[in-house]
Amino acid sequence: MQTALRTALPETELASRANFAPHARVVREERPLQVSGLPLNIRGLRKSFGDNEVLRGIDLHIPAGQFVAIVGKSGCGKSTLLRLIAGLEKIDAGSISFGDEVLPEDIRVMFQEPRLLPWARVLSNVEVGLGRDRSSGDAHARAEKALSEVGLADKRDQWPSVLSGGQKQRVALARALVSRPRVLAFDEPLGALDALTRISMQRLLERVWRDQGFTAILVTHDVSEAVALADRVLVIEEGRIAHDVLVNASRPRARGSVELAGLEGSILSHLLSADDRT
Amino acid sequence: MSLIDSISLPRKVRLPRSDGLVQWIVPLAIIALWQVAAITGFVPVRVLPAPSDVALAGWKLLLSGELVRNIWVSFWRASIGFLIGGSIGFAFGLANGLSQLSARLTDTTLQMVRNVPHLALIPLVILWFGIDESAKLFLVALGVFFPIYLNTLHGIRTVDPQLIEMGRIYGMTDGELFRRVIFPGALPSIFVGIRFALGIMWLTLIVAETIAASSGLGYMAMQAREFMLIDVVVLSILIYALLGKLADSASRVLERATLSWHPAFQKR
Repeated sequence: MQTALRTALPETELASRANFAPHARVVREERPLQVSGLPLNIRGLRKSFGDNEVLRGIDLHIPAGQFVAIVGKSGCGKSTLLRLIAGLEKIDAGSISFGDEVLPEDIRVMFQEPRLLPWARVLSNVEVGLGRDRSSGDAHARAEKALSEVGLADKRDQWPSVLSGGQKQRVALARALVSRPRVLAFDEPLGALDALTRISMQRLLERVWRDQGFTAILVTHDVSEAVALADRVLVIEEGRIAHDVLVNASRPRARGSVELAGLEGSILSHLLSADDRT
Repeated sequence: MSLIDSISLPRKVRLPRSDGLVQWIVPLAIIALWQVAAITGFVPVRVLPAPSDVALAGWKLLLSGELVRNIWVSFWRASIGFLIGGSIGFAFGLANGLSQLSARLTDTTLQMVRNVPHLALIPLVILWFGIDESAKLFLVALGVFFPIYLNTLHGIRTVDPQLIEMGRIYGMTDGELFRRVIFPGALPSIFVGIRFALGIMWLTLIVAETIAASSGLGYMAMQAREFMLIDVVVLSILIYALLGKLADSASRVLERATLSWHPAFQKR
């Protein structure tokens, strides 16, 4: 079922050859700058809610540090897959493993809602992300560092209620990042944001992923967001992986480029043709 | 309109902060009107004595020490009864909000007891305790129990489940989850319970002291009625109003201090 859509990438190929050329253009990196993530292996995964079989046998390998986007129509099981990966639901059949580990503690999830504690200031909300290290001596310093990574160092003493939607989501990102997780799962994290804020958040996500090299799993309904961020896009239909598409565009991704638009178009036509069949 | 306002009354020339005084304008106006009505004979003093007479009666009772003693006795009964009933209600609210087993075991029983008006128990309570202190404490505690129980339970049950899930993802232990997520989330509702309970506390105490007591404000009012001292009766009622207001203000201060994160309590 794997249809790797390799779009022609003259620029990237040029760049890789340019190593030998004297007038080398800067080589643009495909991979995160450093890989610290965990690989993910899913075998024969099934999940039902009552009579409704949501996932009907998922087999998937994600190499460490890969940025994978999962797209599909609503109700196709993409969020369920993410919740199973994060250990938020019980598996009916099959297995999920992360290298040698079954459920490492440092999987972090970012949801569509920021889920900040309204009664805790921004900095202590970020400290929540430290898990068991919350009460350690350098908790403040680490939380402050994570806050400045998302550009909100000056909001540390604010209540969440005074922040904008985008700022709240950035605090949630800092909370997810503060413990340096090896797997970060995103469940429509930008779904509730306006278009401009969403684009700047996408840039931020791409930057922190390249800086930290965690394995990223992004569930989204927005195909353009998927191709803008991911190395690989999985299309889920009726509880199965229907398409597995590699995105070989250079990073940082240029928004609105022809190659991304072409890829987006072909993924969308997959999604829509499935619609026509039913 | 707003433009004109801001020109004619720029911030710097505005009157000094008067929020604290504004709320007293209406009560003071009523007292003034009442005084005028009494002096002009519009309201006969046998029906309603003038505020000045009430104040005079209060002054006399204050000098004799009777007023302070009765207020103190009532205040003591109210506080102790509130503490006992409130703590038990809070404990049951916590237990039933956090444990399904405990809720199944006790909630139905508590809901049945709740539907009996607690003042209907006065005859029984007098038979049990006589007109002793414990009778009043029992009634106040019983009256205070339910609003605090119900609102604590409601507060805990309505804490955002998404926040609880978040806490679990970030490895919070049960204790941490309670301290950082559940209790702060339930606090606004608990305060609603406390303010309801304060109202019920005074109501219960007045009724209990009026029916069976040998000291306290309610007793003072009943004694005054026996001797047709209408000014003392009115004085007692006014003191109840003041004490009620005081209790409410105290809970507001507490609310402001602990709920400063809440948008409704933030200074604008």
